[in-house]
Amino acid sequence: MILTVASGKGGTGKTTVATSLALAITDISPVLLDCDVEAPNAHIFLQPQFDQRREIGLPIPEVDAVRCTGCGRCAEVCQYHAIVVMGGKVLVFPELCHGCGSCTLQCPEGAIEEVPNVLGVLEAGPAKDGIYFAQGVLNVGEPMAVPVIRELKRWRPFPEGRTIIRDAPPGNSCPVVETIQGADFVLLVTEPTPFGLHDLRLAIQLTRELGIPAGVLVNRDGVGDDGVEEFCRKEGIPILMRIPLDQRIGKAVARGEALVEAFPEYLPQFRELYTQIQSLIDSRQDAALPQAMGTRPSNDAKAGWS
Amino acid sequence: MKLAITGGTPQFETQLERRFGRCAYFIIVDTETRAWESFTNPAADARGGAGTQAAQFLANQGVEAVVSGDFGPNAFTALDAASIQMYSAQEGQAETLVDDFLAERLERVTGSTGPAHHGGGRSQGGRRR
Repeated sequence: MILTVASGKGGTGKTTVATSLALAITDISPVLLDCDVEAPNAHIFLQPQFDQRREIGLPIPEVDAVRCTGCGRCAEVCQYHAIVVMGGKVLVFPELCHGCGSCTLQCPEGAIEEVPNVLGVLEAGPAKDGIYFAQGVLNVGEPMAVPVIRELKRWRPFPEGRTIIRDAPPGNSCPVVETIQGADFVLLVTEPTPFGLHDLRLAIQLTRELGIPAGVLVNRDGVGDDGVEEFCRKEGIPILMRIPLDQRIGKAVARGEALVEAFPEYLPQFRELYTQIQSLIDSRQDAALPQAMGTRPSNDAKAGWS
Repeated sequence: MKLAITGGTPQFETQLERRFGRCAYFIIVDTETRAWESFTNPAADARGGAGTQAAQFLANQGVEAVVSGDFGPNAFTALDAASIQMYSAQEGQAETLVDDFLAERLERVTGSTGPAHHGGGRSQGGRRR
């Protein structure tokens, strides 16, 4: 099973939830992937011993000035405007390059070669209680998170078949889409405030667009208003767990303690959360069977999901 | 010489548009004859790389100097490589900015004047935390 913990709004408790969920299901030796490559911090709570490391880069063009005639074809075909030709001189802007290779393919002189441009690193190793941990770290100042996340998702320094929890970056932009894609379920952590609701709406739209089932975890329950509650009821989105607003939790997390370690009374709830998610995925797969056999699923069956 | 001014509308009377890469129009003026022509900036709505694309466009037009407000680092590097001189102004109509340019009243830009923007399509203006 692959589960992505996302939120829309930042600071709602994604990492708190992702790490505590992992610590609650250590009996199945889960894998936690910290996909928030711009600011990974789940390692603070799970204390991995990194013993694997890989650099991640994109192939960027390098121009052979001798063979280049300055024709400008490379600049014409680059849809990211990462290469310009000025007075016969070629300039490459690595941070704009997406590594698509069009310039290399289109150069009539064969004057362009692709060289790796390092964007960041992947690190992995065993963490607390049999959890396996991996994270991506984007180099500071590098704007392109997606290639690092994509490689982190593909990387298998651990055996296949283990449950994977992906801790997503905040927001709803490309890095979040990448972290959600390919998951079996998205757990959206929100807080019951107008800000939380605003970004939850966007996050729900995103999961529907991607066709991945989602459920909500309300964190800091008791603060704010009923907006999130009403929205979930109207849209048929299951609220799977609630964590009350409790200063003691905030203080423990700020000290670098995982929620379920500081407050073990939450362990059963996180285990129950995992079981619920699993059964939601299973029931969806069962519901999808008639479709595979040629019957259309009813809209009712889809309502809570897509 | 050919002077480009970044504008919000395609007229010689347009107010200066202070964003170089994403201005709506370029007013390109022959400073000897004052003959002018307006061009839609092909990079105005670019997802990323607006600065480099706009610079490439001006270089292809044979422009030798440009007046705008701010030049990002990529735009600066590209314009500098094309030996296009950059001048910065706060405001003004394209028409009067030509006079300011000829009277050497404009500030010559010798380094990037703004941060990198990295487009609207990818980072969405930074992290949401």
